Amino acid sequence: MRFTLNGEAREATSAPMSRLLDVLREEFGLTGTKEGCGEGECGACTVLVDGDPVCSCLVPLVQVDGAAVQTIEGLGDDHPLQHTFMSEVGAQCGICTPGMIMAALSLGENPSLDDIKVALAGNLCRCTGYAAIYRAIMKVKSA
Amino acid sequence: MRTAISTLDVRSVTTVRDALAVLRDEERAPIAGATDLFVALNFGTLAPRRFLDIWRIDEMRTIAADGETLVIGALVTYTDLIRSPLIAARLPMLVEASRQVGGPQIQNRGTIGGNIANASPAGDSLPIFAAVDAVVVLRSAAGDRRVGFNEFYTGYRASVRRADELIVAVEIPAVSGRQWFRKVGTRAAQAISKVVIAGVRDGESARVALGSVAPTVVRARQTEQALAAGGSIDEAVDVLRREIVPIDDIRSTADYRRTVSGNLLRRFWTETQ
Amino acid sequence: MTRWVGASVPRKDGIAKATGQARYADDLVFPGMLHGRTVRSTIPRGRVRSVRLDFDPAGFTVVDHRDVPGRNVCDLIEQDQPFLVERDVRHMAEPILLLAHEDRERLLGANVEIEYDAEPPVFDPLKSDGVLKAIDIVKGDVDAAFAAADVIVEGTYRTGHQEHVYIEPNGVVAVPEEDGVVVYGSVQCPFYVIKALKSLLGAHRHIRVVQTETGGGFGGKEEYPSMIAGHAALLALKAGRPVKIIYDRVEDMVATTKRHPSIVRHRTGVTRDGRLVAMDVEVVLDGGAYVTLSPVVLSRGCIHAAGPYRCDHTRIRGRAMFTNTPPNGAFRGFGAPQTEFAVEVHMERIAEALGMDSVTLREINALAPGDSTATGQVMRDDCSARLVLDEAVRRTDFRRKRETCRGTNRAVGLALFYHGAGFTGSGERTLNSKARLDLTERGVRIAVGSTEIGQGTRTMHAQIVAEAMGIPYDAIEVAQPDTSVVADSGPTVASRTCMVVGKILEECALEMRARLGSMSPAEYFAKQGGFSVLKTYEPPDWIEWDEHAYRGDAYATFAWGCDVVELEIDRDTFEVRPIALTAVHEFGRPIHPALAQGQIEGGTAQGMGYALLEQVVMRNGVMANAQLTNYVIPTSLDTPDFDVVMLENPYPGGPFGAKGLGELPMDGPAPAVVNALRSLALDVREIPATPEHLAECASR
Repeated sequence: MRFTLNGEAREATSAPMSRLLDVLREEFGLTGTKEGCGEGECGACTVLVDGDPVCSCLVPLVQVDGAAVQTIEGLGDDHPLQHTFMSEVGAQCGICTPGMIMAALSLGENPSLDDIKVALAGNLCRCTGYAAIYRAIMKVKSA
Repeated sequence: MRTAISTLDVRSVTTVRDALAVLRDEERAPIAGATDLFVALNFGTLAPRRFLDIWRIDEMRTIAADGETLVIGALVTYTDLIRSPLIAARLPMLVEASRQVGGPQIQNRGTIGGNIANASPAGDSLPIFAAVDAVVVLRSAAGDRRVGFNEFYTGYRASVRRADELIVAVEIPAVSGRQWFRKVGTRAAQAISKVVIAGVRDGESARVALGSVAPTVVRARQTEQALAAGGSIDEAVDVLRREIVPIDDIRSTADYRRTVSGNLLRRFWTETQ
Repeated sequence: MTRWVGASVPRKDGIAKATGQARYADDLVFPGMLHGRTVRSTIPRGRVRSVRLDFDPAGFTVVDHRDVPGRNVCDLIEQDQPFLVERDVRHMAEPILLLAHEDRERLLGANVEIEYDAEPPVFDPLKSDGVLKAIDIVKGDVDAAFAAADVIVEGTYRTGHQEHVYIEPNGVVAVPEEDGVVVYGSVQCPFYVIKALKSLLGAHRHIRVVQTETGGGFGGKEEYPSMIAGHAALLALKAGRPVKIIYDRVEDMVATTKRHPSIVRHRTGVTRDGRLVAMDVEVVLDGGAYVTLSPVVLSRGCIHAAGPYRCDHTRIRGRAMFTNTPPNGAFRGFGAPQTEFAVEVHMERIAEALGMDSVTLREINALAPGDSTATGQVMRDDCSARLVLDEAVRRTDFRRKRETCRGTNRAVGLALFYHGAGFTGSGERTLNSKARLDLTERGVRIAVGSTEIGQGTRTMHAQIVAEAMGIPYDAIEVAQPDTSVVADSGPTVASRTCMVVGKILEECALEMRARLGSMSPAEYFAKQGGFSVLKTYEPPDWIEWDEHAYRGDAYATFAWGCDVVELEIDRDTFEVRPIALTAVHEFGRPIHPALAQGQIEGGTAQGMGYALLEQVVMRNGVMANAQLTNYVIPTSLDTPDFDVVMLENPYPGGPFGAKGLGELPMDGPAPAVVNALRSLALDVREIPATPEHLAECASR
């Protein structure tokens, strides 16, 4: 399968029905995308496919042929959301953080609190009670 | 992931014609957004071993008006429905339902065709299609077959779809009257429905369908008759509570489903006055 | 005026969690690594008659109890739980056999046929005759005191299992090293694990445990990891290769520990004007099939069972009972959420029986300095029951809010609660925890066994050391918890990581500063080289605790909280929508305000789930809804907006006045929610208060 991964053309040799999650983590060594449930409930495996957040545990490799896939690694280490997630303590244990950030990328400018809650409704966090995550996002998006 | 992925066989197609040619000759399970299929694969409960990837069939992603009839392609996702001005204008309760499916990640991948084909009794869009007397468009290499939505299911997770047929679209005739939808899930988002009800009221008659209260989505015909006959809403609620056959399961109880279905019927009737 | 302590400084974790660079157990890969799988029992009680391997054994490593070099006992309080079944099966999903293979598909496809002789299981703790632990707390003469009561109120309150749902499931990688093994893993207590491994493998073996970045614990990774670590180690030693065992979500929910279900009965005598004169409490916990931590969960639950109230005559009888279910274990709050749920709802019912305002009832009876608890511990100035209650009532305008809600679908509810910090009684003295500071060429290094599991351990410890030494926060590094490197600071539990371990570090820092004199760490190192300061925790010398009579000073100090929740119910569907929650907490003072607020918000959200959503459905003695689709925790749309107030009442025995915080927030939400629902004329006495349960209450 040929696709663009974090802006680079790549070729995957894993079995076509492999979960995109496993291809990213094992074939490409990008372990920033996490498995929390394997059933599309927790959102820790969220990546962008052609700009849309999806649960990579529910995407077969064959379906990203020719697509653009972006993972947390593709964001680098200097994105404003990455900084505010740490400074506002939107990340405690951090396991949900890559998925949260990937889901938050779909928010436009000046989202309301409700917009943020809806955008993150598919991402579970057990540590923060979500409030600090909203603060982290507001700090960037409502500046 | 409990299924041996490397033993699974998949072919991809990009047109309906190619898909139908494959299905004519080979036994394969169509796979679209995979939001149900891959969950079953993860748990190791999925039987099929050979798949047909139809995700790229762009001709099935359209939402169009054919005169009075609304035609929704089978690969239209919940996100597509939420963003569609046509759906907002003609079938707003489908927008409401789509917003309550999973979260954004699931909405971006889950499809109408998948929801219909999966045939879960809890499918969120199914009561809507049942209430508006939608038509399922099945296509095979032998041609088209249109089946009324309320004749489509034959039992628990079973439908009249033949293995060589693909659901290509669902057609909705003009809906006159007020639309009403309510899903009661296990929580506010990412929730399987415990009771889901869609209704259309036109004057003093109504079409009402429910999910999660029977082995398939159910059109509450006896209840509709009670309403059309001019009886009180309390009588209609009693009829409904006897008409549905909810069960106790891992998520909820028969008693709760029965009680709440009746309450929601009453609310539907009151709010659509 | 402090510089580092009390400020929300940048976290020591850096940015790795937000870039995907932080390494959790499943992110580790080793050359030649095998995957491991646990074959578990499919009956709740009986004996194994035969085990037959029905697969091609090529490439497989197979381990059963006969492969245990040391003792097949998972060392904890009692020595009753095996790592692997020998013959007796006591619960569903009990580990029997371990398999490892390089190819995960072959591993999962391997068929093992096990035959059993089944026996009738016991699932109801009230019908069980197996007492895992009994505790009696007696103060005064409760039977005589009932005679002085004007009104007697009785009630039974129930709480179910709760599953931790750390978003990262349990996982470890065991790697052969020297003549033994190193285990990397998602653990809260590396020294618990090494103790269990020494017992399993033999104390002479080289064993090392290293904590990886851990994706949540909440107590679910306190004692359980010893089991999974032991399994991985056995496979790794037999295979001579690294073995990774990662549970998927289903296995994690089915097989690992949960919060103890409880049945708490209250019988309380009050005077007509609302004074508590006699409290008789029976606490029954369902411990599951092995003792694990039930004795201490029961202990904490019983000590808190009379609530933050004054009553001269109190009797608390607690029993942890055996059932043929997977053992229950540590979960944030550790017995107190269960018993404080019961007492706070019971207080509401007492107010109802007296026709009295429940806030007034609490005002009358709340503990104040000079009062004593059920164990006879005399409250001192660090008792803030009235402080938090008064502030919560004032801030939310509770009485007026309650009035305006009358007759609507909205309701407000309140709960007053407390939580003892650190290990009970003589526990801290027994633990004898240590902390070490090393002066290195890079600065100062903290070397403690306390683990970062999201709560901010690294950061908070570094702030304390920086402040006590008067050196920059950035000059401090925190050693990864590796049992061969760091000091044994005791487990990361019991809200002790700041108050106890932070205190030892403060002492270490002061001594290091004294030795440095006026030199900076770099200057000293250049002149004299490095050195270490190792200190042991000294509990306050005034603590007097009688372990046999269960009387005296149960905890060095308590933290205090009052929660007010506002919610709305849909009368047709009985769905409850939490609107807002005000949490007024006093825990000495926050070391890092943003981290402290995070503990309060996160713990409160977890408590809301406990109250309304989280139901473990047990069938045949095992969790039947072991998927995140079916065991539901709060999403963003289920969680109310929080208003957090952190009141200060510095505690002299804690570093810079800090008490323990981590568990306190768990104790309040469930009773606050149920008390709100009660004001809607729903006689709720158990949680989770699901819509199904509320519909049933409404139909009565």
